[in-house]
Amino acid sequence: MLTPEQIETRLERILLKVQKPGRYVGGEMNSLTKDWDSAQTRVALVFPEIYDIGVSNVGMKILYDQVNQREDALAERAYAPWVDMEKIMRENHIPLYTLESRRPLSSFDIVGFSIPYETLYTNTLNILDLAGIPILAAERGDDEPIVIAGGHSTMNPEPMHAFMDAFVIGEGEEVIHDIITSLQENKPGRASRGERLKALAGIPGVYVPSLYEVDTFEDGTIRRIRPLVPEAPETVTKRIVAKLPPPPTDFIVPNISIVHDRATVEIMRGCTRGCRFCQAGMITRPVRERSVEEVVRAAEKAVAATGIDELSFLSLSSSDYTHILELVETISDRFKGRQISIALPSMRIESVSIDLMETLRERRGTGFTLAPEAATERMRRIINKYIPDSQILETAREIYRRNWTTIKLYFMIGHPSETLEDVKAIASLCKQVLAEGRKVIGMKARVHAGISTFVPKPHTPFQWVSCDTVEQIMDKQALLRQELRDRNIKLSWTETRDTLLEAWLTRGDRRISRVIQAAWEKGAKFDAWGEHMRNEAWMEAFEENGLAPSFYTHRPRPADEIFPWEHISTAVRKDYLYQDYRQSLDGQVRSDCREQCFACGILPVFSDLRRETPGESWKCPEVRSPRQP
Amino acid sequence: MPDTNRDEPWRLRIRFGKQGALRYTGHLDLHKLWERTIRRARLPLLYSHGFHPQPKIQIASALPLGYASRAELIDIWLEKTSEQLDLPAIKVTLQKAAPPGLEIYRIETAALRGRALQTLVRSAEYEATLLDLADEQAVSGRLAALLGAESLPRERRSKAYDLRPLIEGLQLTSPDEEGHPRLYLRLTNLEGATGRVEEVLDEMQIPPESVRIVRTDLIFEED
Repeated sequence: MLTPEQIETRLERILLKVQKPGRYVGGEMNSLTKDWDSAQTRVALVFPEIYDIGVSNVGMKILYDQVNQREDALAERAYAPWVDMEKIMRENHIPLYTLESRRPLSSFDIVGFSIPYETLYTNTLNILDLAGIPILAAERGDDEPIVIAGGHSTMNPEPMHAFMDAFVIGEGEEVIHDIITSLQENKPGRASRGERLKALAGIPGVYVPSLYEVDTFEDGTIRRIRPLVPEAPETVTKRIVAKLPPPPTDFIVPNISIVHDRATVEIMRGCTRGCRFCQAGMITRPVRERSVEEVVRAAEKAVAATGIDELSFLSLSSSDYTHILELVETISDRFKGRQISIALPSMRIESVSIDLMETLRERRGTGFTLAPEAATERMRRIINKYIPDSQILETAREIYRRNWTTIKLYFMIGHPSETLEDVKAIASLCKQVLAEGRKVIGMKARVHAGISTFVPKPHTPFQWVSCDTVEQIMDKQALLRQELRDRNIKLSWTETRDTLLEAWLTRGDRRISRVIQAAWEKGAKFDAWGEHMRNEAWMEAFEENGLAPSFYTHRPRPADEIFPWEHISTAVRKDYLYQDYRQSLDGQVRSDCREQCFACGILPVFSDLRRETPGESWKCPEVRSPRQP
Repeated sequence: MPDTNRDEPWRLRIRFGKQGALRYTGHLDLHKLWERTIRRARLPLLYSHGFHPQPKIQIASALPLGYASRAELIDIWLEKTSEQLDLPAIKVTLQKAAPPGLEIYRIETAALRGRALQTLVRSAEYEATLLDLADEQAVSGRLAALLGAESLPRERRSKAYDLRPLIEGLQLTSPDEEGHPRLYLRLTNLEGATGRVEEVLDEMQIPPESVRIVRTDLIFEED
């Protein structure tokens, strides 16, 4: 294995041959290089995208903070090298190393991947390979790192089951400590790899795929999923933290420009809105908030520790934060005149949002974002994001009136039961919004329409539905192009191929592992980058493995189908999701669950946590009496 | 004399080094890095007025990517204060707020309405350590040939120019601790007439990846 010094010497010779060499050298403010020898457990945290994107990932920041707070452990970081660097690394036999100590990933005890979305799967394999770690979990020896993945995509872990020793299901803040402790109690030498994995399987929220067997019917659907050892629970229920811990603030400050260069403070986790397409909204329940005081303190600390002039508050729905007005006013007071811009994303379409944005606006902003997601009231009922057209137009008018010149409108096409009329309505709504702008500010008014394509996700009410076909998507996009010819309306959309790949993978089963491996072997990587996505590689990979992509995307699932993720529980009941799906077919809206609890399943599963955490920090009803046995 | 009625901003000139990982931070990114360092140090950086306020910062001379330096200069403007600035204290605060590899050597005040820092520099000195050449004889032979040439016509971004007059000084110095030969170079550093170390090395058939380059001084016009 190469020493850090050897890696350093080789790097010096190659770094000027690649684009943006600053991606590969670390040395940032607030990065930590702890003493290697005095740490009992060494964790390499990996975000399988390039540095420019990976540095801002909040999950990585949280885990880096959590592990490095321990005296007996250290965490370092690695990202995917861009293709130019990868080529040179392979030519010069440089294994993938961490930025802090320049040690190969293979010298760590744990290699932990953060995988929020499916288009990072091939990069994950590529990184293991670049690190000299066998990509298949079954081929790893006693001395090799335990490879773990977490993040939203792993709520259906099965497509990646062959490559991971374990998955973290749910929130990482507490479980990472349980994992470290378990591995310290079962060190290599004292316990075999198999024994160590069994011990991990006993930790709530940890899924060890090799300890489960999946029986299938002839058509490929699932008959039964069962654990093979007593340590592995029948159902792995996601981990949550009862109370959000203080957010990380001493963020790593990159020495080069990156995509989202801002300090981020999470104000709230979870969402009560229940939009049926939204996986995040379903899998991150219950809603837990940080206090205004804690958020303000963290924001001050983050700005002081980083010097970054862009502050962003993170949540799935800022408008729903209970004390949003108080937060905005306090933040505005604190930061006024300090040349710091403040972003509050995910605002509801209503005039209050404009008041809030205006309070925070330090410089004259140009763009205001609204996400109606669908353009007809019918569709908005189906997806459970009901807003009347009149409210959208009134809000738009008010935005232009208060000196914003551009409104960004986000829509999705491909919602269940969507027709060409519904798509056409997107164009007409964009034009109506622009017309409102013209009335107020004339020809300066702009609309930017961002159109993505809906992908049905596991653990959502739409997990049963079939996707649009390529032809349908193409037709819908063509229709929009044709209808939106105004030069003051800018149109952008996600590529159909990218959407389909995400759709094949997200509801994939264990067989998809072989497809991912084959596609990677054929050169697929950086699938999230349009130009690098290799569609032929994927199609060949499906074919070689005797699988039809349409099995995963273009097949409505019967009500009683056992899903590949059946043994993974988000605590939201499957029959609740199904009932919600049925209601959507009838165009029935389900209101915000802050107003009324619909018994989605969260409270019975986490009743103990709720009882220990009374008051308003959770948005579920309080649990007072102990549960009767 | 305490200047208690001072009603003007401050212009500070800072001499700093750029080492380690920071060698791979380019000129534009260095601006941002300084801005953030100043903000972390809680110094009241002055911003331009207007639609998009910009911090008032000037860096003397862009350092090519990959070069280390012991001789960079930056001017920063701070908001007016009623008291004199405590420069030694500012130096300590800034160093604490700086990322690894940014070394602050000296801070002094500069004339508020003096010329832009970029226009003051006329030459730069460098030290180049040749990692792959053990034979000093061979180096000095090539060096003599280069200095003997009347002109060194080259092209940069498809524009023809003569490198020879940009070389103000070039000689072998003592080798480093590991015995690698070292070159001293002094090159013209004016707008539109900047000599680059790797171009000189290229004339000597020395590949850029086998050289470690440090800028050791910036020479002002009046020096």
